[in-house]
Amino acid sequence: MKKFNWLNFGFQIGAIILALLFTTAVLLLAGAPPLQAYLSVIKGMVGSMDDITNVLSAWAPLLLTTCGVLLTFAAGLWNIGIEGQIMAGAIFTTGALRLMLNSSLPTGWILVIGFLAGLVGGAIWAALAGVLKIFGGVNEIFGGLGLNFVATAFALYLIIGPWARPGIASTSGTLMFPQKLWLPAMGNYAFSPWALGLGILVVILVFFLLRGTHFGLRLKAVGKNVKAAFLMGVPTWQYSMMAFLICGAFAGLAGAIQVTSVYHRLTPAISSGYGFLGLLVAMLINYQALWAAPVTLFFAALNIGGIQLPIILKLDSSLSGVLQETLVLFVLLVEGARQNLFRKR
Amino acid sequence: MNVELKDIYKTFGAVHANVDISMKIPSGTIQGILGENGAGKSTLMKILSGFIRPDQGQIQLDGQPVSIHSPADAIRQGVGMLHQDPLDFPPLRLIENFTLGHAGGLLPQQGPALKDFKRLAEQFGFSLDPEAYVDSLTVGERQQLEILRLIWLGARVLIFDEPTTGISAPQKVKLFNALRLLAKQGMTIMFVSHKLEDVEGLCDRVVVLRQGYLVGATQAPYNTHELVEMMFGKEIALGARSPGCAGEVALSLHEMAVEDYRLHINSTNLEVCRGEVIGLAGMEGSGQNLFLRAVAGMVRTVGGQIVLNGRDLTGRNYHVYKENGVAFLPASRLEEGLVSGLTLTEHVILAEESSGFFIDWEKGRQLTQKRITEFNVKGTPSNTVESLSGGNQQRALLALLRVPLTLLMLEHPTRGLDIESTIYIWSKLKERCQQGTSILFVSSDLEEILQYSDRVLVFFSGKVTPPMDAATLTIDKLGELIGGTGWPESNKEGKTS
Repeated sequence: MKKFNWLNFGFQIGAIILALLFTTAVLLLAGAPPLQAYLSVIKGMVGSMDDITNVLSAWAPLLLTTCGVLLTFAAGLWNIGIEGQIMAGAIFTTGALRLMLNSSLPTGWILVIGFLAGLVGGAIWAALAGVLKIFGGVNEIFGGLGLNFVATAFALYLIIGPWARPGIASTSGTLMFPQKLWLPAMGNYAFSPWALGLGILVVILVFFLLRGTHFGLRLKAVGKNVKAAFLMGVPTWQYSMMAFLICGAFAGLAGAIQVTSVYHRLTPAISSGYGFLGLLVAMLINYQALWAAPVTLFFAALNIGGIQLPIILKLDSSLSGVLQETLVLFVLLVEGARQNLFRKR
Repeated sequence: MNVELKDIYKTFGAVHANVDISMKIPSGTIQGILGENGAGKSTLMKILSGFIRPDQGQIQLDGQPVSIHSPADAIRQGVGMLHQDPLDFPPLRLIENFTLGHAGGLLPQQGPALKDFKRLAEQFGFSLDPEAYVDSLTVGERQQLEILRLIWLGARVLIFDEPTTGISAPQKVKLFNALRLLAKQGMTIMFVSHKLEDVEGLCDRVVVLRQGYLVGATQAPYNTHELVEMMFGKEIALGARSPGCAGEVALSLHEMAVEDYRLHINSTNLEVCRGEVIGLAGMEGSGQNLFLRAVAGMVRTVGGQIVLNGRDLTGRNYHVYKENGVAFLPASRLEEGLVSGLTLTEHVILAEESSGFFIDWEKGRQLTQKRITEFNVKGTPSNTVESLSGGNQQRALLALLRVPLTLLMLEHPTRGLDIESTIYIWSKLKERCQQGTSILFVSSDLEEILQYSDRVLVFFSGKVTPPMDAATLTIDKLGELIGGTGWPESNKEGKTS
């Protein structure tokens, strides 16, 4: 229905160029050769089959978190607590797998139960933020932030306490699971098509939910005007809660992927920041689910590409983060400038 | 200052707000700009005052073509506008507001400004305390402050957008005197209004806008009939009162009591028949809105029963009432009634009983187009609601109501609307009554209460009169009751039967 707007496209490209210029300036200030840095990031993304599969395995959890926050954003909610929800999912998955270490169930069933546990864990953690918001009047940003700390602290307690490795209590993580409990991967690479399949499924689901269903439309109405939505007969708090629950479930699945397919154990930093990154991507793509897949792939690639920097150029790997965040800031900035410019005329 | 507008065009999406508008206003004139809501008056004035830029056309001030980029730019060139909602800073003092738009150094010089303020205030007979805070002022006083500020900044052309809305009668007299004085001093006054009475009483000349076009210009003395015809393009007929109670009771309140933090409405009894219209009158905040929201299930009652079509709904929430055929239309349309950012089609789909999981967009669009035609909404299915004018938003709200309804409740159904929209909306409401819907409405417009109600309840600080037959009431009697005099002693406690 919408025509492709070349002018808007030009503005978007302009924002990307600005972000690159800014990052280049940061590199120059740090005394690093920018071109070489960028090349090594690109090499880090697509230099070898290992790199490519690493990017793909980072893509799946990021897709899940991005899709989750698209729903909470639609409902007008800032689900900052998503990091804690990933953590809760990871804890639940780890717990479930530990219980079934010596179980006689087929491996496939154990993994399915592990994923369901992760889903439930993430949803419970999100429900806490939802209850605080809806019945306690606690802003979801503060509630979520607090719950993030609680989730991390609880994970640390488990890692050095009840779930500590035999003999040593180290914050680096729990004992690695036996290989039969790993999510089946492609060949000898880290990448699991199952995880990516789940991610893609969720993108499609969210796209249709927001675009063509009564559920999505009501969610948007609640997000844009709670009072009017209530008068039009939408059960408003129930819809806010559902947005929290579904987002938390997706985040919990991301946590389950991190446990079963990436780390194969519980670590204190298991979320890898994919929750916050998902919030950034959602803002960058202006809350349009259609763009979630390509942009999360690009961000995942930047994340993985940056890993090469310390090794080759002795730079900190957070350069990719600088590029990602300036990209979001400049896109928002340029979008604001564009709207200002065209409203005047 | 002589003002000339030449061939002004402005469109917002598919809406033509101004089409080929040209007019000349000589210095010292009070020029009326008349038209119904959405006719393009405000747009034209916002173009002249630099708030929006025209798509095409030219503005000349004293014969010189000018280009006005912003309101600040406009005031530099001598054009100032008073908006419908005063654009001031309630937490600041008057004198701070007064000096705010002044181009000056880092530290504002309040001494000379204060002198100017007092001199100007005296000249126009405004009694304003420069040290008071703006949020303590009435709308009329805020207007006075804004007039002083614009003149002080050097305005030679003053634009007033619906200035008589929300101000008291004495303030209106003061305002009109000030405007006449300003015109005598050579100022050019643009007076935008949809109130015939104000325009006829004040303006030297009038132009009429309709649907974006300038459809006529005339001078005092005016022929009211001619003006109405120019405004609406046709004669308007008033709706007739419905025959009254058909016998069947739709809603009954038994000893219903409700309270909020400052008001307490004692046990009230009321029976509303099918198709009946009950008007709730009273000063703002006398309890009529609380009462209405209680009957809609939006506020918990503290005693008694609410029975709708024989079903006891006491203590249930609004959504249960809604399922039982109740609808509530709030006064603040964009804050509570409609969802900004969603289109008309999306509203229609939201309001309809949903079938299935997926939305049938094509069906939704067709249904919306049908409603738009049926309710004469100026807009398309893909227009977002905030892009509609106030009258069209109200029509859209009516278009969203389900059929059939048992009970329809409205707060200020026609506030801010022009005569045509008002009559149109009431004709649609009366149609509903003929289908058996009962209506309860709150209004501060006494004529509206008397003209459209079958029976009237008057509220005064939580007390309620017994239902009175509207045919036997007069404006004077109603005014007295609203002001708290002439209440029968036995009803002071709010008992009604």
